[in-house]
Amino acid sequence: MSDAPTPPPSPAHQPASLPAITDAERAELRRHGILLTSLQELYTWGNSHSVWPLNFGLACCAIEMIAASMAKFDIARFGSEVFRPSPRQADLLIVSGTVTKKMAPQVVRLWNQMPEPKYCIAMGACAISGGPFKQGYNVLKGIDRFIPVDIYIPGCPPRPEALLHGLVQLQEKIKGFTIKGPDAPRHLQKADAGEYPVPEFGARDLEPPHNPAVWSAPTLVRAEKS
Amino acid sequence: MNPELLTPGGANVRAVHDAFHGDLLEVSMGPHHPSTHGVFRMIVTLDGERIVKLKPVFGYLHRNHEKLGETVSYLGSMPYTDRLDYLSAMTNNWAYAIAVEKLAGQPVPERAEYVRVILAELTRLLNHTCLAGFLMQDCGCSGTPLMYAFREREKILDLFESLSGSRMMCNYQRFGGCRVDPTPAWVDATRTLVGNYGAFLDEFEALLTGNEIIMARTQGVGVLSAALAINAGVTGPMLRATGVASDLRKSDAYGVYPRFQFRVPLGAHGDVYDRYMVRVLEMRESIRILEQALAGLPGGPIMDPKAKLRGFRPKAGEAYGRIEGPKGEIGFYLVSDGGPNPLRYRVRPPSFINLTVLEDMCLGQTVADAVIILGSVDIVLGEVDR
Ligand code: SF4
Repeated sequence: MSDAPTPPPSPAHQPASLPAITDAERAELRRHGILLTSLQELYTWGNSHSVWPLNFGLACCAIEMIAASMAKFDIARFGSEVFRPSPRQADLLIVSGTVTKKMAPQVVRLWNQMPEPKYCIAMGACAISGGPFKQGYNVLKGIDRFIPVDIYIPGCPPRPEALLHGLVQLQEKIKGFTIKGPDAPRHLQKADAGEYPVPEFGARDLEPPHNPAVWSAPTLVRAEKS
Repeated sequence: MNPELLTPGGANVRAVHDAFHGDLLEVSMGPHHPSTHGVFRMIVTLDGERIVKLKPVFGYLHRNHEKLGETVSYLGSMPYTDRLDYLSAMTNNWAYAIAVEKLAGQPVPERAEYVRVILAELTRLLNHTCLAGFLMQDCGCSGTPLMYAFREREKILDLFESLSGSRMMCNYQRFGGCRVDPTPAWVDATRTLVGNYGAFLDEFEALLTGNEIIMARTQGVGVLSAALAINAGVTGPMLRATGVASDLRKSDAYGVYPRFQFRVPLGAHGDVYDRYMVRVLEMRESIRILEQALAGLPGGPIMDPKAKLRGFRPKAGEAYGRIEGPKGEIGFYLVSDGGPNPLRYRVRPPSFINLTVLEDMCLGQTVADAVIILGSVDIVLGEVDR
């Protein structure tokens, strides 16, 4: 517990009557063996260091994901070596590879089956945007059209170190969450959908082609002619 | 019993209708299943524990590789071939380069031929080592063999990376040679790796080959007959495990393979254990080839000086280039109309064709055996679905 995160909770969530404890005071108390923390810190600290990924490989990037969990790169150093085969036991969906239109409904279904809190990493160019196969007729142009993505890791394939870096970034992101208010993670917000609509293969394409709640087409802004 | 309803697979297999039987159980394995080596789905019909029907479902990773090959230039397809069988990018590159070189009548300098052989055999080591690790994981030894395999894989990948700039997607071969010339330091590093690989194989085999549990689990499981293997077009270690001596390195004698002494290991039973053994023995032969190739590596240019990279337009015609990849015969069929893109671009994917005999191998076996039978086929979905 000695490495519990130190940033004090943001003042907005402190009861008005209590003055916020300073870092120096905390450090002093810790020296005397008294650990002061808040529920929020404990929650995000525990959450961020036990992110269990789903054992789910899609394409080439999955091989680098496996390599990240092997001896040389050793994802266990970051508390994420427990690859769970069942989505019911997993916290993290690493979309490691090309999502085709045939596979997209299953990916969304897996995401729906995972219990909250859950996070998603889009690993590799394909998961982010379709990558080298973007021009093709059967490749989804980014998994973020259907499910919310927390971390994007570019590369084709990203090196295992890049995946580890992405994981550390995710941990930082989780540590920044609050339990209430606008900084709360998605699943603690009232507006959270919970279930994401699973696309169906329609007459010509996936229907709907994207989930308007998580993605909308970027608007093109033309530069003014000077 | 209506004889028309009989399925192949021997006396312990009952007739199955397509319609669902009351006392049979239909299990869908995949596309998300840790043992399917990617996004592959098997719809297995079970009578108790025994498989009476197995329907493979493909296409979850169909990335329109062949169509894209017709829309980009000849050289532009080279990086795409890396992503076919992403465990053995170097051999895919080579097969594609051979097809285009045939189409364009492009000679290859001797040094490049040697480097190609070295890289192909390193790829074979890498692929077979990883496969053995994955197969053992499917058997239930989760972790250790795969850890050992990936430890060695990293060493080979370091070589690939220092040569081509990328660990997995090497994009290294060019029409008429190779992209960069290996430095003497690289050759020395390869020599060291090859020198140590035999010791690693000894260690690996001491753990696995004579292991009683593995023998009990894999011997007599998933037997494939030589006749069926030939009829189905199975190639590579899968075919040789059934006892058929067929190796393109010997029969096609492409590249500089005729200059090297090596044997082609054959199995006798065509079961999972033989497929594992054939691959291990092939790795030992690969080490021999590597030693000879490294010793005989000539100097000279790595790239044919007359080779044309930009504005490359082979004359109209067609060509089929194939090599013995780690998984079997990997071939590329190209039709040119004289333009900068191929008119037709077709891949002969070895693991897809090897997979067609999956049901025949699984009938009558238990559902847990289906997992290791699939593991022993050595599929990579990027190549199966393309
Ligand atoms: S990003 Fe590249 S390496 Fe990853 S799945 Fe796509 S093609 Fe393969």
